[in-house]
Amino acid sequence: MHIENLVHMLNQIEAFFAAEEDRDVAIEGIRNHVARFWEKRMRDRILAHLAAGGEGIGPLARAALEHLAQPKVA
Amino acid sequence: MQSRHDHDFGTPASPSTESVTLTIDGMTVTVPAGTSIMRAAAGAGVMVPKLCATDSVDPFGSCRLCLVEIEGRRGFPASCTTPCEGGLQVRTQSSKLAELRKGVMELYISDHPLDCLTCATNGNCELQDMAGTVGLREVRYGYEGLNHLGSQKDESNPYFTYDPSKCIVCSRCVRACEEVQGTFALTIDGRGFESRVAAGANENFLDSECVSCGACVQACPTATLAEKSIIQMGQPDHSVVTTCAYCGVGCSFHAEMQGDRVVRMVPWKDGKANHGHSCVKGRFAWGYATHPDRITKPMIRERITDPWQEVSWDEALQYAARRFKAIQEQHGRESIGGITSSRCTNEETYLVQKLVRAVFNNNNVDTCARVCHSPTGYGLKYTLGESAGTQDFDSVLESDVIMVIGANPTDGHPVFASLMKKRLRQGARLIVVDPRQTDIVRSAHVEAQHHLKLRPGTNVAIVNALAHVIVTEGLVDEAFVAERCEPASFDKWRAFVARENNSPEALEAITGVPADEVRQAARLFATGGNAAIYYGLGVTEHAQGSTTVIGIANLAMATGNIGRRGVGVNPLRGQNNVQGSCDMGSFPHELPGYRHVSDDTARALFGKEWGVTLQEEPGLRIPNMFEAALDGSFKGLYVEGEDIVQSDPNTQHVIAAMESLECLVVQDIFLNETAMYAHVFLPGSSFLEKDGTFTNAERRISRVRKVMPPLAGKADWEVTQALAQAMGYDMNYQHPSEIMDEIARLTPTFHGVSYDKLERLGSVQWPCNDEAPEGTPTMHIDEFVRGKGYFGLTEYVPTDEKVTRKFPLLLTTGRILSQYNVGAQTRRTANNAWHSEDRIEIHPHDAEERGIADGDWVGITSRAGQTVLRATVSQRMQPGVVYTTFHFPESGANVITTDNSDWATNCPEYKVTAVQLTRVSQPSEWQANYKRFASQQIGLLKAAEARAKV
Ligand code: SF4
Ligand code: SF4
Ligand code: SF4
Ligand code: FES
Repeated sequence: MHIENLVHMLNQIEAFFAAEEDRDVAIEGIRNHVARFWEKRMRDRILAHLAAGGEGIGPLARAALEHLAQPKVA
Repeated sequence: MQSRHDHDFGTPASPSTESVTLTIDGMTVTVPAGTSIMRAAAGAGVMVPKLCATDSVDPFGSCRLCLVEIEGRRGFPASCTTPCEGGLQVRTQSSKLAELRKGVMELYISDHPLDCLTCATNGNCELQDMAGTVGLREVRYGYEGLNHLGSQKDESNPYFTYDPSKCIVCSRCVRACEEVQGTFALTIDGRGFESRVAAGANENFLDSECVSCGACVQACPTATLAEKSIIQMGQPDHSVVTTCAYCGVGCSFHAEMQGDRVVRMVPWKDGKANHGHSCVKGRFAWGYATHPDRITKPMIRERITDPWQEVSWDEALQYAARRFKAIQEQHGRESIGGITSSRCTNEETYLVQKLVRAVFNNNNVDTCARVCHSPTGYGLKYTLGESAGTQDFDSVLESDVIMVIGANPTDGHPVFASLMKKRLRQGARLIVVDPRQTDIVRSAHVEAQHHLKLRPGTNVAIVNALAHVIVTEGLVDEAFVAERCEPASFDKWRAFVARENNSPEALEAITGVPADEVRQAARLFATGGNAAIYYGLGVTEHAQGSTTVIGIANLAMATGNIGRRGVGVNPLRGQNNVQGSCDMGSFPHELPGYRHVSDDTARALFGKEWGVTLQEEPGLRIPNMFEAALDGSFKGLYVEGEDIVQSDPNTQHVIAAMESLECLVVQDIFLNETAMYAHVFLPGSSFLEKDGTFTNAERRISRVRKVMPPLAGKADWEVTQALAQAMGYDMNYQHPSEIMDEIARLTPTFHGVSYDKLERLGSVQWPCNDEAPEGTPTMHIDEFVRGKGYFGLTEYVPTDEKVTRKFPLLLTTGRILSQYNVGAQTRRTANNAWHSEDRIEIHPHDAEERGIADGDWVGITSRAGQTVLRATVSQRMQPGVVYTTFHFPESGANVITTDNSDWATNCPEYKVTAVQLTRVSQPSEWQANYKRFASQQIGLLKAAEARAKV
């Protein structure tokens, strides 16, 4: 799992949900998407990256990952 | 000639709902108004002699064999062109009629070679039959007059011959080419005695416009147009109805057989997807099934540099099971996975995902839909609530406006394209959104009103611009939206698309499409009557593939074009069973029937039936598998009927992932590119060798029927079952029908499906359950599957794959009519006569700038790699855009495509790669390496075969 790829994918997801003006709805959208479609290895890796500063991760995606700490699908 | 197993009513059925009653030979007959007397008689069991009529084309009334008498009317009207009227009293037999018919037959036969005994259609020739029916015993004119017996045969088409000496100039072929196929390749050349059928202007069939669909051959009542396979082998002794294994149209065919040998495939008239039509692939390109390259023995090897060793089934399966188990013990449960195939049956796909979920006990299962229509699944579920197209194919006959986005139906979905062209000839209007001038934009009697020739990668911008016009010009179907859609989502969407930055004028610089053209197209779409959208991989295979699908669904909902016939959102699915493989739970996050693995109820249901506890975590998708393999956490893969090395993007990356696996098990009919990296090869079976079902693009489930035993002894479902057993799981189906029964038990949309029902109805469209026992041709009629329709916001985000000075051109990829995807099947047929290499298409302007002439070798370099192809200089391209197909492995088309993918599904961005082209004199380094590696692997295979022989 190249972290650059995961960050890139995450930011692409962010770009879609960012069209939503309600920030909370956008964050929830990103969080759900990652929870529903990303395998555990990918989530673990991106969360580890976040814990290490999360370089490159967009602001909404960052907030979404913080909600993902407990990765149970909504 | 047509199949002897199809009944010919002489003229097409009348669509009228009113009926008329008349008498025919004293029998009272009631038929829909507008039915011909010939057809009414045939329905009552009276076969009026005929030659120029057949029920696939409109009557022409030229042969005068079908004459009848009508009480109170003078003369002898032709029954094929005379419609029934209430109260008519018709006689089909009288001594006068008999005499007239004999006279007609005498004329035909006097100019016909009398070599019936050695003629290819002996036993299935309408001319012969008619001579018998009218009781022809002598030909008064003799055979010495002017005739055509010396005419030259045209044998240029690889699959059929044209022998003018046998032609009776009935023009059935000409009409079939026009009305059924819509190609208009044939004409009747000359007048009177001189008249003959001609393909184009003094061309042979192969060089003409003919696309070898076979419609004319089927329509021909004589041996004039005849399949070469029939000429070679003779007439079939029995026939079995089955389903084509190529594209997502899912045509039904009679497999006409001599014992267990196929003699020909003829489209089945009662097939609901194709109504008796076909394309060159399904009709003729089936020879691969018995090609000498077929591998029929299981093989194993320790390392991929070792020679293959032929072993028994048992040994191969035990070996695979042992290695998979060892990997899981050492690297954990999640270290192995499987890939299901859209070429295989529903039952086989279901078993592979069951193997992964119940036996590997993880969710690492994915399918080739990942690389084609996964965004369709996502986008349609997001907006409408179901991951499937909304209509049946016939719905297009009620469309007034047809919008084709990113699809090339005449090449990719030819039989559906013929239906669409028929509707267009009847006056429906066409909008095409495509970077290229595909054939549907302008062909015989078809011309798009608007061709929005956008830059690759700007679909979302175009869809937003169309939506902007609809919203700001007051073209929304407010009543539909108010009743059927979520108001909050609609309000947000309306405000979003109405923004100035989504106007056609603002987006013109991005899309390259004149704003006025977009405005006109939007108005036509919203106000032109029933409007239907058909789309393909040109929509999905982008970084914003899912967004475009959402945008398309928004357009349909906003204009009220969903939930009835003639409208809808229609993904044209690539492979025969791509819909089915998705339905069957091939995705790592979904159980069969699209239920998320985190859904406790669904998981418990499957877990109980399978006797295991299932995992709730989504598994790896194909590209994630590659990444995990390169990471060292994914070590074993079971691939059924898919060639990821050739078909997935960034080949070098895929190969590196394959090389890192400890155990790759490939199940296929040929040693495909992926198998060259395998440790275990399990021989697969073609569609002719097994029972099962395929589900086409209109959700239609059709039977696949076994016509010959599997060459390697096992059908694919039996192999998967045996692998599960070898791994210690008790899987014991006796027949695929039992697998379907299990699917039906566990999947609400399939509750009503069974082999018995398929036998009875021919085919059925899911959802098929208590609410819709005979299936569902049109979805979302009264409400959407998700309840209210959801409008998603579709912000245009430019792809990262941008043109630069170094890579100034955009490459887009696609497929053509005669070849199919990775070409493993079609390359092993005579279809190579039409396309024997992949070429790079380039606009004359770009070619000239680079000193490239037609036929030159051209190096294509992208950020991912380099390959070399020959150039075709073509006006079909727009400047700045180049195009290639990907049917030949040595082309290395995917060496240049990149890892970029759809944000939601990881579907690769095949349709946009920034490249540079230069003239070169030799193949690329990758190609040279490929050639070496491939020949080494073939060597290892041959060595195994040779050793097995001694
Ligand atoms: S094979 Fe098809 S396209 Fe070719 S001439 Fe016959 S009907 Fe027309
Ligand atoms: S080729 Fe066959 S179908 Fe065509 S005009 Fe001649 S006899 Fe009729
Ligand atoms: S249109 Fe598709 S399903 Fe029909 S014959 Fe051609 S390849 Fe087969
Ligand atoms: S069949 Fe009616 S005129 Fe030929």
